[in-house]
Amino acid sequence: MKDFMMPADYDMGTPASKSTNMVSLIVDGFEVSVPEGTSVMRASMEAGIKIPKLCATDSVEAFGSCRLCLVEIEGRRGTPASCTTPVSEGMVVKTQTEKVQKLRKGVMELYISDHPLDCLTCAANGDCELQDAAGAVGLRDVRYEAKETHFEARNTSGEDNPQWLPKDDSNPYFTYDPSKCIVCSRCVRACEEVQGTFALTIEGRGFDSRVSAGMAGDDFLGSDCVSCGACVQACPTATLQEKSVIELGTPDKSVITTCAYCGVGCSFKAEMRGDELVRMVPYKHGKANRGHSCVKGRFAYGYANHKDRILNPMIRDSIEDPWQEVSWDEALSFAANRLKGLQEKHGRRSIGVITSSRCTNEETFLVQKLARGVFMNNNTDTCARVCHSPTGYGLGQTFGTSAGTQDFDSVEDTDVVIVIGANPTDGHPVFASRLKKRLRQGAKLIVVDPRRTDLVRSNHIEAQHHLALRPGTNVAVVTALAHVIVTEGLMDQSFIQDRCDWEEFQEYAEFVSDPRHSPEATELLTGVPADELRAAARLFATGGNGAIYYGLGVTEHSQGSTTVIGIANLAMLTGNIGRRGVGVNPLRGQNNVQGSCDMGSFPHELPGYRHVKGPEVRAIFEDAWGVTIDPEPGLRIPNMLDAAVDGTFKGLYCQGEDILQSDPDTKHVAAGLAAMECVIVHDLFLNETANYAHVFLPGSTFLEKDGTFTNAERRINRVRKVMAPKNGYADWEVTQLLAQAMGADWHYTHPSQIMDEIAATTPSFAGVDYATLEEKGSVQWPCNEANPEGTPLMHVDGFVRGKGRFIVTEYVATDEKTGPRFPLLLTTGRILSQYNVGAQTRRTENVVWHDQDELEIHAHDAEVRGIKDGDWLKLASRSGETTLRAKITDRVSTGVVYTTFHHPDTQANVITTDYSDWATNCPEYKVTAVQVSLSNGPSDWQEDYNAQAEKSRRILPAAE
Amino acid sequence: MKIYVPLDTAAVAVGADAIAEAIVAEAKARDIPVELIRNGTRGMVWLEPLVEVETEAGRIGFGPMELADVPFLFDDLEGHAKALGPVEEIPYLARQTRLTFARCGVIDPLSIADYEAHGGLTGLRRALAMTSADVVQEVTDSGLRGRGGAGFPTGIKWNTVLGAEADQKYIICNADEGDSGTFADRMIMEGDPFTLIEGMAIAGLAVGATKGYVYLRSEYPVAIRVMNEAVRIARLNGLLGADLLGSGKAFDMEIRVGAGAYVCGEETSLLNSLEGKRGIVRAKPPLPALEGFLGKPTVVNNVISLATVPVILEKGAQHYADYGLGRSRGTMPIQIAGNVKYGGLFETAFGMPLGDLINDIAGGTATGRPVKAVQVGGPLGAYLAPAKFDTPFGYEEFTAEDALIGHAGIVVFDDSADMLGMARFAMEFCAVESCGKCTPCRIGAVRGVETIDRIKAGDGAAVELLTDLCDTMKEGSLCALGGFTPFPVLSALEQFPEEFTPAKEAAE
Repeated sequence: MKDFMMPADYDMGTPASKSTNMVSLIVDGFEVSVPEGTSVMRASMEAGIKIPKLCATDSVEAFGSCRLCLVEIEGRRGTPASCTTPVSEGMVVKTQTEKVQKLRKGVMELYISDHPLDCLTCAANGDCELQDAAGAVGLRDVRYEAKETHFEARNTSGEDNPQWLPKDDSNPYFTYDPSKCIVCSRCVRACEEVQGTFALTIEGRGFDSRVSAGMAGDDFLGSDCVSCGACVQACPTATLQEKSVIELGTPDKSVITTCAYCGVGCSFKAEMRGDELVRMVPYKHGKANRGHSCVKGRFAYGYANHKDRILNPMIRDSIEDPWQEVSWDEALSFAANRLKGLQEKHGRRSIGVITSSRCTNEETFLVQKLARGVFMNNNTDTCARVCHSPTGYGLGQTFGTSAGTQDFDSVEDTDVVIVIGANPTDGHPVFASRLKKRLRQGAKLIVVDPRRTDLVRSNHIEAQHHLALRPGTNVAVVTALAHVIVTEGLMDQSFIQDRCDWEEFQEYAEFVSDPRHSPEATELLTGVPADELRAAARLFATGGNGAIYYGLGVTEHSQGSTTVIGIANLAMLTGNIGRRGVGVNPLRGQNNVQGSCDMGSFPHELPGYRHVKGPEVRAIFEDAWGVTIDPEPGLRIPNMLDAAVDGTFKGLYCQGEDILQSDPDTKHVAAGLAAMECVIVHDLFLNETANYAHVFLPGSTFLEKDGTFTNAERRINRVRKVMAPKNGYADWEVTQLLAQAMGADWHYTHPSQIMDEIAATTPSFAGVDYATLEEKGSVQWPCNEANPEGTPLMHVDGFVRGKGRFIVTEYVATDEKTGPRFPLLLTTGRILSQYNVGAQTRRTENVVWHDQDELEIHAHDAEVRGIKDGDWLKLASRSGETTLRAKITDRVSTGVVYTTFHHPDTQANVITTDYSDWATNCPEYKVTAVQVSLSNGPSDWQEDYNAQAEKSRRILPAAE
Repeated sequence: MKIYVPLDTAAVAVGADAIAEAIVAEAKARDIPVELIRNGTRGMVWLEPLVEVETEAGRIGFGPMELADVPFLFDDLEGHAKALGPVEEIPYLARQTRLTFARCGVIDPLSIADYEAHGGLTGLRRALAMTSADVVQEVTDSGLRGRGGAGFPTGIKWNTVLGAEADQKYIICNADEGDSGTFADRMIMEGDPFTLIEGMAIAGLAVGATKGYVYLRSEYPVAIRVMNEAVRIARLNGLLGADLLGSGKAFDMEIRVGAGAYVCGEETSLLNSLEGKRGIVRAKPPLPALEGFLGKPTVVNNVISLATVPVILEKGAQHYADYGLGRSRGTMPIQIAGNVKYGGLFETAFGMPLGDLINDIAGGTATGRPVKAVQVGGPLGAYLAPAKFDTPFGYEEFTAEDALIGHAGIVVFDDSADMLGMARFAMEFCAVESCGKCTPCRIGAVRGVETIDRIKAGDGAAVELLTDLCDTMKEGSLCALGGFTPFPVLSALEQFPEEFTPAKEAAE
């Protein structure tokens, strides 16, 4: 049967069964063995026998509506649908009898009688399942003389056909053409089962049944649709069709690669025509996304061709000057000379690098190697500093590894989920869909968040408990949860005894049992009703497999590391570590934030989280690189900026990060950058940081290079080059050119060689190479001799550090406090359609969903200030002020306001303070005391800033 | 003086309410004390409004009553112009074997005492003393089959639900009686609601379900009112609730009203509708018996199936099984309607030839013209011409004739019927009522109408296309709506081929 095997991503019709009991049956004379619960359709496909189908697709449950997949089964009456009929032992199935052939033809004749025959000019021509099915059943003639149709705009007498509906092209990325719809409901079911949004339905009944987004009269854009693309993916015809395919034609080849947006790390097929990207399609064997996608990864890749993209290197003497386009050689020697000059004048440690969480592991590795092996210092840091550095610290201290403990598949086995300080439906949408699927199956949910996120209550899901705490009181809430679990005796005593340090536990238990940590005692402080908190604690401790997922709402606080430790304590306390369905799972913000941390981007750690003070670790790299590594940790980003203002830090190579927009206290960052003498920005666009740069090196997109990203599950996914870099070089090549210009003897010809070097020097990556990734698709580190297949679950038989360590978590209130001048607390977050500082998404059609940052304010707080929805507001803190428009909501409580930071003209980080995590300096983005008042328009700062930015972005054409 | 005036919808439709008011007014005027009871109908629709007066000689019938006839009820009864004699002796009623409908028309529908006095609750009391498995066995042994139309053995269905492990199971009564010419469900709900409640309670005991729902079509306002009132009274009297008749066993139920979709009489659409979803058909498997209402094991039975359970438990399985023919055991409440002299409900043991029912019992057509065909089993049932009138009334016997008994509604047509038009109507009905899920029904029904129009317009070649379409719908549809629509179409085509031949001659 091997010859008949389907291609790897062939649609098997119905989802795979998870059963381990095997059932044997005979299909068209061939014996096939499949798990119990498998459909006859899927079993046939497994045997290499295709059954015609239209309403079945393996991303959703069988539906049984198209009636094309009818088969005959010995001993059964009639012609059951193979998609809805489960296999049974000894079943004898015939897929091609005269009877079913005739029936299929009959059904297909009906379909085609209500379908336009414009195949040659249809966008789905060659990629249409209806077309394929008509061919497969051998339909040669449509004998009906159809009077009622959905595809003729006018009838034969020229009157309007009331059944005809115009195309809905309101969504920027795809169209809905009702005239081509075969009402298979795949889109509706995908919206429900895969995405979990329930935006689509079938309106009407019988022949009047039509796919409808929202209520009658809504279009796709105006409906609840989140543009995840699941419906488009599921549609067998051109009814739901990517506009890019309509414009460019069907793709002729595809390359599997990894999304460059959030830390979920979805696998995609980049479908190409020549070197033009036609569409990105979620890859069904992607282990993080299992065939699903969100609006960003699926559609928002247009920035790669945006007119703002800079393709030529540029230099200038001073940031007052306009940019001058130059050759790569000239730019690199200009940069190298400046950096060398600065080191000669101000010392070895006067320059540094910032690695990017957007670039590949290989590129990040090279940038830190540039600092350590060429600059000869440890001045390397990364944007994880401002997001998940407390995760690294907290989980490292308690468990022994700086990473999440699970894979995303684990959520399928969870019974109680705590989501704390994360908004997955916006920030990590594909994971959110997988979580919601589990919630719809009955898992319970506890949300700890100041804001009523969509997970708290949306279509067909509702959290059992929403602990709407005051921003900045995470530690108090987490400790109170532990208090209830310990004082009510709900902890997993045997797990703690077996796996954790018992003495430390006793000390911790005594600490949390103190009545001052009780929910009643902390209610006034946290704003969380004690009863609710107690009920949540009991549910988590007793509800079965408990999993904790958290995000930047945990880390970006002055006690971020303490909360991470508290979360780890909760998991250990309840025995929720080391198996499927449990664990501590940081939701990583950026595509490769895990990887950039793994790759030694931090100033105190060499790759693999090994302290630079360790001579044996330095020796590994010294041997490999032939250099002497500075044993002193280097500067963190805030220290670099402080040192720059002090005049001791002079040069920076910043790859793929926009610290001016993303880092807190914008004015301080601007001052630091302005004080430097050589700022090299390596990016796709003239970002905000580039306003202060002297050298601009054009970057390449994830489509233009080979490499790997490591997602939040520690999964190392391949990024594959699908087109040549428009700027001429992949980013790793640019870093290598800069190193060479500085005199380094680097000669990598392919990123796989860099990965080999990583593997040779970093134990957790020892088993990783491109051949392995090619074979397995992806692996989760540690991948080495002990774990050749990688490690989906951490700490299975014991903690990496030995005994799990309970650490007391004393609540210390942030110094950022409300008062008469700044009575409200501002917290920040993301929205689905935009990503981070928006450099990419703002340059796509995603702006139709979110074209400006808005301030969410409770109706009560708005009323006392005379604020109406949509008013211009001034938002002021001790650090600065900005303006933006009001959005009146009950998502936030009184006393709390919320905004996003996607748009540079808002500059939310002008407001945020320079308070930061005690352990890691992660900025306290999530708590700022502010005042809000009505305003007439942009603040002085915004106007000055815009003027400066405009001036700074002037480009002179290249000299002839 | 005790007078009975039916509250039944059919009686009300021909003026029963006005008659009742007139009786009360007349009695008041004459100062005669009258106990007026609004009973169910006896099922002799041509006699409605059928007023009964209790006398020493039994209940004497008067009908069809008009307002002018009312005053004479207080004069000489025997000499009354509409006097019918003792009701029980009217041949149409006397010839019946009333098991399921034994109390219908006899008792006050909302009197538990009356209900009990006529044998009610005996079955439930017996069931309470039995094990679940024994109750299921009793129903299995009775040979009772689903009266909704499919004829699936009720005991076997119950056994599946009994064997399913679940924290909650349900009894759903399908009272979405939408077939043309049928009214048995309505009649029993209006005339003897406690028998349905008792039947559902017994079903609950039998399979381990503690909650039941009646999915009742919105077009039956009287039945909705009576059933709701009956449930309330039953609860007050311990016939429903946490402690059934003091047994410590629980069963409760609610009446839910449909929204006017024929297809919601299909059990899986009904379940979707009951769950608040669009009423579209679910694919089977999973069987509702295993994954039904809210995904839990569920008995879905027709009103008549459930309302027959009490008498089976009361009199024993064998008593019921002793009636009937072949694998069709017990009695069937046959509903006779259309162009017929004596329309109404006729409960009798399976086995009576169809022709006897039409010509003898129902007295032929109302117009006096010859019978051309009858449609049995609702809008999806086949037409049977007189050539098939010797077919005995039974599931297998009808199947052998490519027909179905369905819910046992018979609609009679005289020789003026346009059979091509009737075939077209079947397709049109399917097009209007299709849920739209499966392709053969969603598109096929519309194409069926168009194709029959082509035949009518003289396109003889379209007959083959119509036959092919019927095959596709019959074998390919997801449920019986699309799957059975070909029965009336093909039966008309086969028995009256001349009406489907080109209409050129007729056009002249």
